[in-house]
Amino acid sequence: MTPDLAADLGFLKLRNPVLAASGTFGYGLEFAPFMNLTDIGGIVVKGLYFGPREGNPPPRLVETASGLINAIGLQGVGVEAFAAEILPKLRGIGTAVIVNVCGADDDEYLRVIEFLDRQEGLAAYELNISCPNVKKNGACPALRPETTRTLIARCKARSRRPLIAKLSPNVADIAEIARAAEDGGADAVSLINTLLALAIDARTRRPKLANVYGGLSGPAIKPIALRLVHQAAAAVSIPVIGLGGIASGEDAVEFMIAGAAAVQVGTANFVDPAATVRIVRQISEFCERENIARSADLVGTFKT
Amino acid sequence: MRQEPAARIAFRESWDDYILLRLDAPAVAAEAQPGQFLMVRVGDTLDPLLRRPLSLHAREGGALEIFFQVAGRGTALLAEKREGETLDILGPLGRGFDLGADCRGRRAVLVGGGRGIAPLFYLGRELRAKGADVKVLYGGKTLKDLPIRDRFAADGLAIACATDDGSFGRAGFVTGLLEDEIARRVPDVLFVCGPDPMMRAAAGIAAARRIPAQISLESIMGCGFGACWGCVKRIARGDGGRWRKICEDGPVFPAEEILWEGAE
Repeated sequence: MTPDLAADLGFLKLRNPVLAASGTFGYGLEFAPFMNLTDIGGIVVKGLYFGPREGNPPPRLVETASGLINAIGLQGVGVEAFAAEILPKLRGIGTAVIVNVCGADDDEYLRVIEFLDRQEGLAAYELNISCPNVKKNGACPALRPETTRTLIARCKARSRRPLIAKLSPNVADIAEIARAAEDGGADAVSLINTLLALAIDARTRRPKLANVYGGLSGPAIKPIALRLVHQAAAAVSIPVIGLGGIASGEDAVEFMIAGAAAVQVGTANFVDPAATVRIVRQISEFCERENIARSADLVGTFKT
Repeated sequence: MRQEPAARIAFRESWDDYILLRLDAPAVAAEAQPGQFLMVRVGDTLDPLLRRPLSLHAREGGALEIFFQVAGRGTALLAEKREGETLDILGPLGRGFDLGADCRGRRAVLVGGGRGIAPLFYLGRELRAKGADVKVLYGGKTLKDLPIRDRFAADGLAIACATDDGSFGRAGFVTGLLEDEIARRVPDVLFVCGPDPMMRAAAGIAAARRIPAQISLESIMGCGFGACWGCVKRIARGDGGRWRKICEDGPVFPAEEILWEGAE
């Protein structure tokens, strides 16, 4: 029997637990030549500030062992161009569309939400409170419980849609941050964003990225992401969405066992533009092999 | 634009650290245009992680050729691939050269430096097929950096070479050959691919002589199809210059749109 892959986040029911991660899936349509967007649980579109955003100068990418350091700096079109040019095309794709919401300060997050609240066709907002590439030394709201709680509470009071708080791995105590997000009213947390990282050119002794520091992603970070997802899931009762280096169905299953109700696939999309659908298929094959009727039954079943 | 997970290597040739591979990929080849590129996986494992962007060197029916130089771990692994093995490729990607609707009687000069010669063979053939009068200028550090010079002549494309050390052809940079060429007959259009300093110099010459030029840029790329925003260059399109994606908006740009780093 074909396993049931449905994932229930409470506020949002997904066809299957696989979402495309923000910043790695463009605005979604870039992937239409390679896959059927309907076949995955949903897409989290690239982070949006209110206005268009310039991003960082190049070089913006460095490949590392099984990983990628990026310092894109959230270049993007802004909400107005998104609503006018991209969102109409996304409404017909038949999968959940989540917007990753950015802000240079608390007020900008609110302005983005206020604007998007007037648009139809979005399932939720993912609050990007954890990008390491836009402020000095990777500063972002998700590094401290107070800033996490207050920002989410302000957004929650304003938003008509569910909020997913995207958390940073660059913290000492993820449980404390996850609880702060829950206290602030987040409907779910997603983690991890990238790890603050550095690559040096030994010959020139200069940084390989123009931004100096960047965010490390890819299979290299998976063990760290799994540990953080496990800790966060133990700390909160809202759903946890796990991501960080997922490149196969078995990787995704590991995150679900650690406590993730759904997963996001990020850097793997660059290598294999059909990675998300392949991972859906591999989760199904895993469940079939292991006689698991519903993939949701895997969530939080980690044995210690 | 599509994925071909198993494009068979039908032919391989190598010269020191320069490699030519011919891949059977009919579906990708059917859509290909000169100046476009492939994203090629160099192995089955997750390290190295990313695909490598390689420009199309030639199209032979349902086959596509890539020509590259070993420049790091990825290309070194790719250089190990042998005839009969398969490669996972995405393509054709990007916006290629604009050949123009009618090339009859037009003098096109193609300027290639080092591995930047790769897309100019495909381009030269297509331009000639459209009636253009094609001249190829091929420059390298030394003779061994001009491994495919005979290919152009064998295909009936006029070529002149330059080496930095004078070991073959005109001594000096390929831009010297370009100056000579312009002195003889001003081209109607230039197509340029090579190291940044060479392309910048060629763009300067083109601007000074008011010759339209198209430049094919190279970059590290995360995805190759516009999703990661990792491969940007400052490009001006009546807007003072923005970071635009080399993979999607390029890799070929009109020379006057490119704002080179450190330029005034």
